Amino acid sequence: MSNLHIIVLIKQVPEIEKVRFDLQTGRLDRSSAGAETNPFDLNALEAAVQLKEKIGATVTAVSMGPKAAESSLRDAIARGADRAILLTDKRFAGADTLATSYTLASAIKKLGKFDLVICGEKTVDGDTAQVGPEVAELLNIPHVAYVEEILNADQDGIIVKSRTERNYYTIRLRYPCLITVTKDVNTPRLPTLKDKIRCRRAEVTVWNADSLLDVADKSLFGAQGSPTRVIEVYAPTAERRRGVILRGDPEEAARKILEVLKQAGVI
Amino acid sequence: MSGVLVFAEQEDGEIHKVSFELLGKGRELADKLRCKLDAVLLGYQVKSEAYELIYRGADRVFLYDHPSLKDFDAVRYARNITSLVRRIRPSILLIGATRIGRSLAPRVAAALKTGLTADCVELDLENSDLIQIRPAFSGNIMAKIKTKTSPQMATVRYRVMGMPNRDTSRNGRIIEMETEAVGETGMEIIEKTRADTVNLSDADVIVSGGRGLRRPEDFKLLWELAGLIGGAVGSSRPLVDAGWIGRDHQVGFSGNTVKPKVYIACGISGSPQHLFGMRESEIIIAINRDPSAPIFNVSDYGVVGDLYEVIPILIREIKNELRRRGIEGEAEKSRG
Repeated sequence: MSNLHIIVLIKQVPEIEKVRFDLQTGRLDRSSAGAETNPFDLNALEAAVQLKEKIGATVTAVSMGPKAAESSLRDAIARGADRAILLTDKRFAGADTLATSYTLASAIKKLGKFDLVICGEKTVDGDTAQVGPEVAELLNIPHVAYVEEILNADQDGIIVKSRTERNYYTIRLRYPCLITVTKDVNTPRLPTLKDKIRCRRAEVTVWNADSLLDVADKSLFGAQGSPTRVIEVYAPTAERRRGVILRGDPEEAARKILEVLKQAGVI
Repeated sequence: MSGVLVFAEQEDGEIHKVSFELLGKGRELADKLRCKLDAVLLGYQVKSEAYELIYRGADRVFLYDHPSLKDFDAVRYARNITSLVRRIRPSILLIGATRIGRSLAPRVAAALKTGLTADCVELDLENSDLIQIRPAFSGNIMAKIKTKTSPQMATVRYRVMGMPNRDTSRNGRIIEMETEAVGETGMEIIEKTRADTVNLSDADVIVSGGRGLRRPEDFKLLWELAGLIGGAVGSSRPLVDAGWIGRDHQVGFSGNTVKPKVYIACGISGSPQHLFGMRESEIIIAINRDPSAPIFNVSDYGVVGDLYEVIPILIREIKNELRRRGIEGEAEKSRG
């Protein structure tokens, strides 16, 4: 019985709650925000580690980002990944989702045999939810997005429950395949102190653009390989509203609301 | 090489309303570009729905009607759409930012090696370039995005574009296509069950709770109010994250975008993340103890007060009103 190979895609993101915005200019200031692993990716990693514990697997965590993203990969090792790969190079910078997916898919190709790729549903900074399905297409494998439950897995495939706005779907996927998971799929474990100490010295393999040249076309990396461009950012404008403010007597306020509801025809 | 193509999403044979909204927007773009507006519909025994797409503005509907397309399979759907795009070469391809749309669009974009902008809230033209506007960083800032490859692809949120009128006198062509990728794709749906959904996006009235609520049980107050006025109950993100109410109820950037006739925000301060999801509501009423809460900046009627005082009185007043009407109704009947 050959061991399954599960790949988890991870992104290091700014602590979104701490990013400050200048609402006049629309600029953002990340200086007060630290970095953390995209929270959805922790669910992806937990799903992989649970499968490893249940049916046996090797788990590889892969991330693209600056050198500092190594800390997220060390943390992934502390949480149960066997191996970690960081894709870092100036030539990867400025990538949109297509170039990011291309780079990640190239790295997965370079890794050779794999059975399952697990991603978080989306990242909290980009919020596109595009990279998972794009990677699946580039690898020419099926995918299911928004997996809320992993029902079963064996050496041939996996059975998952996913949800749209309307229905639940129970789907059987044959390896190799990709899934993106929501937060409902599990509760990520916290690494123990022992694991944290162990992973401080854990090795993270670093690949640059040249490392991928046997499987990729370097003109498709980074800004050069990105068909979309942000041409302007600005603060959202608030629509003009009536702005009637009611203070003081709650009885009076309630009667006013009733009147508004009647006028709007909802009662 | 021009044309606007809209993906018409169906589930259980029913077209998702976001697809009609996209046809409304698509019509506007196609008229400006002086090109055709096309729709692509994939499903099984869905031909009658194809006419609906024409009534909402499509000039042509490319219909893929095949048992293998009955339910959404990302690989099959992407394969067929990709091959259609290669054939008719639209300059713009629009897809609803639903779960199906967000799963499908990236596959199509990657197959066509083209750019894709997620979750747009506005689309415009600059010469023939599509200007795609999307929120970034939880709705704190807006970004304008252009795509240099073709087609220019975007997913668009439900309930941000207007709904075009249904005009049954409109003419259009339905073009029946031969379905590709009918063989195995490596995935198979073994069960489908209807989700017990709270359809917040379609509600006319929404009563939402925020951190001003003291305990999870206090949502009862909001349920009672919503029940009296035929409304749904919404929530800001912190209470959903705390598990006080299900994720389906979340209004905001990472939850539902809503556009009801009346939105009543109870104890919600109004973070950008929340405002993003409800600021298109027709009338916004806010109840909050803090007079400096940002929610008041977007409200039509702002009550600076304690929701625990105001809502019970409001409930009492609505009940009185309904009772009065009941009595009048009875009197009406006895007269007639």
